[in-house]
Amino acid sequence: MEWSWSVAYDVMPRLAAGLIVTVQATLVGALVAYVLGLALAILKMSPYRLVAWSSYWSSEFVRRTPLLVQLYFLFYVLPDLGIFLEPFAAGVIGLGLHFSTYTSEVFRAGIENVPKGQWEAARSLNYSTIQTWRHVVLPQAIPPMIPPLANYLITMFKETPLLAAITVVELFNAANIYSNSHYKYLEPMTLVGTFFLLVSIPAAALAIRLENAFRRKA
Amino acid sequence: MFAGTRAQAVNADLRGQMQNIIEFQDVSKSFGSLQVLDDLNMHVVPGEKLALIGPSGSGKTTILRILMTLEDISAGEILLDGEPLWHEMRGGKRVRASEHHLRKMRDGVGMVFQQFNLFPHLTATENIEQPQVLTHRKSKAAAREKAAEMLSVVGLVDKRDHYPHQLSGGQQQRVAIARALAMDPKIMLFDEVTSALDPELVEEVLNVLRKLAEETDTTMLTVTHEMNFARDFADRVLFFEKGKIVEAGSPEDIFTNPKEERTRSFLRKFLTGIN
Repeated sequence: MEWSWSVAYDVMPRLAAGLIVTVQATLVGALVAYVLGLALAILKMSPYRLVAWSSYWSSEFVRRTPLLVQLYFLFYVLPDLGIFLEPFAAGVIGLGLHFSTYTSEVFRAGIENVPKGQWEAARSLNYSTIQTWRHVVLPQAIPPMIPPLANYLITMFKETPLLAAITVVELFNAANIYSNSHYKYLEPMTLVGTFFLLVSIPAAALAIRLENAFRRKA
Repeated sequence: MFAGTRAQAVNADLRGQMQNIIEFQDVSKSFGSLQVLDDLNMHVVPGEKLALIGPSGSGKTTILRILMTLEDISAGEILLDGEPLWHEMRGGKRVRASEHHLRKMRDGVGMVFQQFNLFPHLTATENIEQPQVLTHRKSKAAAREKAAEMLSVVGLVDKRDHYPHQLSGGQQQRVAIARALAMDPKIMLFDEVTSALDPELVEEVLNVLRKLAEETDTTMLTVTHEMNFARDFADRVLFFEKGKIVEAGSPEDIFTNPKEERTRSFLRKFLTGIN
């Protein structure tokens, strides 16, 4: 087995295109995970038992089943029900839905850490429920959530190769397609790993710095 | 800014003609099996300054929290300016108050908490400004002007751009007082506002309250363990025990000539520092 620079150069443009798709899938997926996660957290804390209970269990259901199975479901099963999704759309919905069950726990913990006295002060000043959330609770709850949410972003980034299973040509799949047609695996796969490291190591370092910054403030 | 004087507000001649601003009618409150208020009847006239004293767990704080609608009641009725607080009439029937009704009633009531409960992400000025803008739909400029006025009432103009964590406990509590006052409530509730403070910071807060009691015609209820303050502040003192009023009277009656043995023994413990 010998490293060939010409293979490496040959595959590089495809990998670069794949990396862009990977980053896009990560960012859009994360956006879905954050928005859905926040909604899920609020539902889980609902004073209405049925709402709290059903959102808790649907979240558990999604969390305790594999992302790969969920992606297959979205892409290959939903068309039987007449719902056709583009591979990329199915991918970011799956990724976002799956990770929203994790981020919802981050949101829930952050919200529950806002002291009861803050809610009572808002009520004594006659804030509506929406005003209380928007102007009192979330501005206090969100800053400490940023480091764990950044960590989930990195995790999602590393999970994107699963989208290859539903034909998304992201970084890994770009390499895989090349490898399968040229029977060259060493260079493409080494480069895929390197690309992931090049992004995730600085990102992880940044997340640690964020975490320290918020710990100092607290 | 402050209309009228304390003397006018509690003038005995007026008292007979004035409608009670607060009226408790057979109010009971339990938390599970614990009965905190037991068939309580009391009334407050407009402008009156009331001090609620008594041992911990006697229900004093619960009275304030019920008036602020932070706790509901188990039985009875409370009237604010003659209007039921915890009930409303709908379709000719007396039903439990909706959030809409509570919001309307809450508008005339303000509260200062033991733990200050300032919004930590806002400066002193913003803490006072935001509720006026959000709740009373005031313009930002008008709210800011009012905030400046209130900060000068509590003597903190120079701290207007400080965040709560940059202020001492006493200063935070004075900002909290300014925040509540800026909403122009007819009724102000002070819940053990100096209990969380270091001893050397207590007086600066109590002096603000003494001044307010003297200069405003706002109705004020304070729960306190500071007996000297209660004497200066109050027109009337209520001594509570186990959810009932044991004795009520002028500060002179309660502190100098208490009639009830239980009042005497409470005050004795207090003055010798056992409680």
